[in-house]
Amino acid sequence: MITFPSASASRRSFLFGAIALVLPAAFASSTAHAADPLTVGFIYVGPKTDFGYNQAHAQAAATLAKMPGIKVREEEMVPETAAVQKTMESMINLDGAKLLFPTSFGYFDPHILKMAVKYPNVTFLHCGGLYTEGKHPKNVGSYFGYIDEAQYVSGIVAGLTTKSNKLGFIAAKPIPQVLRNINSYTLGARSVNPKATVTVIFTGDWSMPVKEAEAANSLIDQGIDALTYHVDSPKVIAELAERRGVMVTGYHASQAALAPKGYLTGAEWNWSKVYADYLGWIQAGKPYPHLLRGGLKEGFVKMSPYGKAVSPATIKKADAAKAKFMAGTMVIYKGPLKDNTGKEVIPAGVEHKQTDIALESMDYLVEGVVGKK
Amino acid sequence: MSVASTFGGAALATEKPDLGAGLRRAWEAVRAPVAAFAGTVLVFGLFMAIIGRNPLAIYGQMFRGSFGTWFSFQNTLLRAAPFMLTALATALPGRLGLVVLGGEGAMVLGGLVAAVAGLAAKNHGHSPLTVATWMLVAGSLTGGVWIALAGVLRAYRGVNETIATLLLNYIAIALLNHFVEGPLKDPASLNKPSTAPIGDENMIGNFPGLDVHWGLAWGLGACLLGWFLMNRTLFGFSARMIGGNVRAALLNGLPVARLIVIVTFLAGICAGLAGSIEVAAIHGTANASLITGYGYTGVLVAFIARQNPLAVIPVSIIIGGISASGGLLQRGFDLPDATVNVLQGILFISILLSETLNARTGAKRKKAVPAASAPTGNTAVPT
Repeated sequence: MITFPSASASRRSFLFGAIALVLPAAFASSTAHAADPLTVGFIYVGPKTDFGYNQAHAQAAATLAKMPGIKVREEEMVPETAAVQKTMESMINLDGAKLLFPTSFGYFDPHILKMAVKYPNVTFLHCGGLYTEGKHPKNVGSYFGYIDEAQYVSGIVAGLTTKSNKLGFIAAKPIPQVLRNINSYTLGARSVNPKATVTVIFTGDWSMPVKEAEAANSLIDQGIDALTYHVDSPKVIAELAERRGVMVTGYHASQAALAPKGYLTGAEWNWSKVYADYLGWIQAGKPYPHLLRGGLKEGFVKMSPYGKAVSPATIKKADAAKAKFMAGTMVIYKGPLKDNTGKEVIPAGVEHKQTDIALESMDYLVEGVVGKK
Repeated sequence: MSVASTFGGAALATEKPDLGAGLRRAWEAVRAPVAAFAGTVLVFGLFMAIIGRNPLAIYGQMFRGSFGTWFSFQNTLLRAAPFMLTALATALPGRLGLVVLGGEGAMVLGGLVAAVAGLAAKNHGHSPLTVATWMLVAGSLTGGVWIALAGVLRAYRGVNETIATLLLNYIAIALLNHFVEGPLKDPASLNKPSTAPIGDENMIGNFPGLDVHWGLAWGLGACLLGWFLMNRTLFGFSARMIGGNVRAALLNGLPVARLIVIVTFLAGICAGLAGSIEVAAIHGTANASLITGYGYTGVLVAFIARQNPLAVIPVSIIIGGISASGGLLQRGFDLPDATVNVLQGILFISILLSETLNARTGAKRKKAVPAASAPTGNTAVPT
């Protein structure tokens, strides 16, 4: 299989001999591709199989890998340190990647920005919607989805299915994106069931399986019968909810396989569509939008298929809300809206549409949420 | 003995036995780690063969990803730099017989305080050099005080320093999160709570001609200084004496408690410096990305280096190289990220095993000499 000059490998330098055997083979394989497919690099902050944030991206990467003329290279568990800069450089220098999807929110500043200046011929597309025209390099794009629309629909399903009227939300950090999901879920639930409350527990970080399990147990012990979450890998919570016989609505990816009985529906990313769009623009040599956002209507997010525990009447109501999102007529945040301390956060007559920049710095929990940020 | 005689022709008659003994000592010092390393290569290779991968191809890619190209080598050095400093946080107290696991916490807090000091200096209109100096000084002192806390508890209250430093890590991380998400949060950092940036102009740059920041120089310098301190000064001799036999040290009138506090302080300085450099050279702000795990990797490095500050340098580079090549293994061989953890784990266990075996064979050889050392337990130090 591998031929090598027999005289060069002396017994004492066995290790170097071994390396000499392998290196030519490695180089040969990298120069063999004459057709020059576009090499696309995906970088994940956690495991690809986390049933959550990273899996949602990895599923899309797998879809891209099936497209002709695309070669996908993936690396998981890359921390938001100098390590990710080196991973990007390594993909560019050693794999010949021309397009990178560093998917973690924290990769953007300073890591992607630094590498984008250093490698102006490589395109960096980041998940988070942080691009600012004029401030950031031209070979950078950032996209994000209004997944709280899907959380609103999940809220409707949970609000109609709950028996105790008590819902639970396990969240990582009280940052605007997370607060918005909690609020939309709550508003969705209370739009169909005004008696419903959502008790929220913040675990403090994105991946804290032990704390997440403790939070889930504590919520279930309080009589909560439907759970949802916003953490990177909700595997533990979904499994625990199933074992303790409570319902669950998913997030990031589908957790239906983990909770076949209790899984109602879920808010999922649909990155395959977003990535295919980007690739279409890039392969055709067309300019691509540097800041790309969308919700259910644009196909950025989707709902998991309804589970067995969801009644036909509930499905009808949830589908009606979904149809309004698809038509672009649904506004989640409109006045009068109070936070859970009784303070008015949106006065009567004011509407914040999904794209409204005011929603990006959300710092309150709406009425109906039990808990403090 | 035969080694000495072969050098006999060149060396002076009086130096002859010294040279031979020196070589033998050097060989004895590296024999165990070298054997452990070779064992690791074999075991990991076998493991790869069992899961159907070609071990030679894997080692080839690992070499390519860590040392094989100029880019790879710089990647390795960049990753090794913080390990050198966090390893000293374990290696220096290790010489006193203490097992300190607090590098992570000292590093995180050092980074936080460095970011705050940098901002304060920047707001006073200081020059970039002054800002950087303030950052490094404030960050390392914070780290020093943090681990010295455990040193004080150990020396004066008999609290187990391993547990204390481990728990201090959790407190440090909680403090970081509290301040970054609360009082010190930059309002502009919406979805990634961080302190306000210190500004590009105040960042520490790269080594001239290298794509590696100045942290590498600090790491190398600290290891050399640490080695000099521990092996070439009275202070270091006293410290090692405590590590060898704390009762003998006390009987000889050594200020054991004070030495423990000073060495843990120095250890913390190294880890705090690592955190300050993370902020000053890479992030430009303090946030949750500072929780890197470098402190725990440092423990691994220190143990593989047998707590020798000089050996920390090559071991850091090896571990840096392993992590630098981890990406290529994932991408090239479709191996999970845990592969490099498995490799590091095998290396760690091999080192511990080789230490035990080495101590045994050493003891067997010295059978004729009456045993001199008493066990150094985790007893409180009488003061």
